[in-house]
Amino acid sequence: MMDDLRELYQEVILDHGKHPRNFRHPDDSNREAKGENPMCGDRFMVYLTLKDGVVEDVAFQGRGCAISTASASMMTELVRGRTAEEAEKLFHVFHELCTKDDPEPHGDIDDETMEKLMVMSGVRQFPVRVKCATLAWHAMDAALHGEATASSDQF
Amino acid sequence: MPDAILNQAYDVQRVRDDFPILARSVHARKGKPGKPLVYLDSGASAQKPRQVIQAMTRFLEEDYSNIHRGVHFLSQTATDQFEAVRTKVARFLNAPNDRCIVFTRSSTEAINLVAASYGRTFLREGDEVILSIMEHHANIVPWQLLQAEKKIVIKVVPCDDDGVFDLNAYKDLLSDRTKLVAVTHCSNVLGTVTPAKAIATLAHERGIPVLFDGSQAVVHGTVDVQDIDADFYVFTAHKLYGPTGLGVLYGKYDLLKRMPPYQGGGDMIESVSFDGTTFKAPPSRFEAGTPPITEVIGLGAAIDYVEALGRDAIAAHEHDLLHYATQQLSQVDGLRIIGTAPGKGPIISFALEGVHPHDVGTIVDQYGVAVRVGRHCAEPLAERFDVGPTVRASFGLYNTREEADALVASVQAVKEFFGA
Repeated sequence: MMDDLRELYQEVILDHGKHPRNFRHPDDSNREAKGENPMCGDRFMVYLTLKDGVVEDVAFQGRGCAISTASASMMTELVRGRTAEEAEKLFHVFHELCTKDDPEPHGDIDDETMEKLMVMSGVRQFPVRVKCATLAWHAMDAALHGEATASSDQF
Repeated sequence: MPDAILNQAYDVQRVRDDFPILARSVHARKGKPGKPLVYLDSGASAQKPRQVIQAMTRFLEEDYSNIHRGVHFLSQTATDQFEAVRTKVARFLNAPNDRCIVFTRSSTEAINLVAASYGRTFLREGDEVILSIMEHHANIVPWQLLQAEKKIVIKVVPCDDDGVFDLNAYKDLLSDRTKLVAVTHCSNVLGTVTPAKAIATLAHERGIPVLFDGSQAVVHGTVDVQDIDADFYVFTAHKLYGPTGLGVLYGKYDLLKRMPPYQGGGDMIESVSFDGTTFKAPPSRFEAGTPPITEVIGLGAAIDYVEALGRDAIAAHEHDLLHYATQQLSQVDGLRIIGTAPGKGPIISFALEGVHPHDVGTIVDQYGVAVRVGRHCAEPLAERFDVGPTVRASFGLYNTREEADALVASVQAVKEFFGA
């Protein structure tokens, strides 16, 4: 029982949850989307600075649980510097990791990135928390597509 | 009738034996036993005693049929049992008679019925409806729908920092423009019991009808709709240890008979032709279609159950739990209880410094403790106390002090986990 909890709340998640990285609103961001989970009231704004198809900066602000905050924080670290296409692919792979017991092969994603994505995959054992883990990723994806909001109702 | 009730003292262990689900454990894994269930989410929905389950099963096995139609034996039998519950509900609320009792799908539908039928008929642009900050969304959104349609104005009574209904502010909000007051009788988040009688008296001085949302109040105390002089009173069966899919609307008959139907269909008409249809008198007028017949039988058994235990005895037991749990939780560093009104119901919402309620909920669940986390369908209230989501432990007639201890221990484990 407690093993599952430790799997969900790994040290790195507790750390990102308490001290989120890129928790700011960049001056030069040109895309943004709100991610909202009406069930628990978690709410994040994700800001992207997208230039020539590359995510030059990504940051977020808002309020959420340890899982959603850590996931948002780690998302910003993983997505920065990627092309929009790569960012979308990461989102897809991450979503699979969080929801499926045997996710599709991840193709050409490097091991280090994969390892970071895997950190959150403990949520699989806690289905109601999957929406927490994917909230900021959905908002990032919405921002990439120029949409204003991502609601966890649609996840 | 359960043997437990023959005892003068409240024997909670024997009460628990009436609820089969309370014997189960949760999170059992291969080779590892689970944790005993500590169910502290009765405010969301209460568990069902064997007496309710058996009454519904027996009815389905022996007496089931559609009601109010057909001359055959079972139809008569089922109709008699169904209507006997209406009479029982009337007595339960001390309503003057059973013609004032309308069965609906839920409290939510009962409020929507009043908003749609009474509201659309009698409210005009600029008329005001007074709600309170403590309302469940079920008593906010139906009025907002009416607001969009009729351009009525919604006024909101605040509460103080303890969660006490602000009677003075309410007085100031009442005016010639006020056409309806709709407030909770017991907050599902704070536990606050509102001063229903005073609220109704002040409104009636101006001839304004009052609706009370009694979804929580009927569970934790005795409600007398004539004493508080409610014009409308709603509650739901599933929080009262009865089945889901069934709510009750009490309405003063003079009001009900002036109200047009809410939905059209069978069972609510006198005669139908394409030249025009005439409607039955209340309550039938508001009960279009086949009602949840078996669920009504279940509600009857639930009312029998709580009345046999004694509503005062239940309230005393729950008060003891509330007092004890409040005391124990107050000793946890960094824990803030939201809602400390005197005389409140056995509902404790709290925030834990540095830990999000969703994380609290997941971790205490691993210890078998079932609580609600979130904003409890009362977002404006969460804003009022500037807490966002909270953790809510709600106690029922089957809970024990040991379960309150289990809650506190699991919250301490959360703190250790997060180093909070």
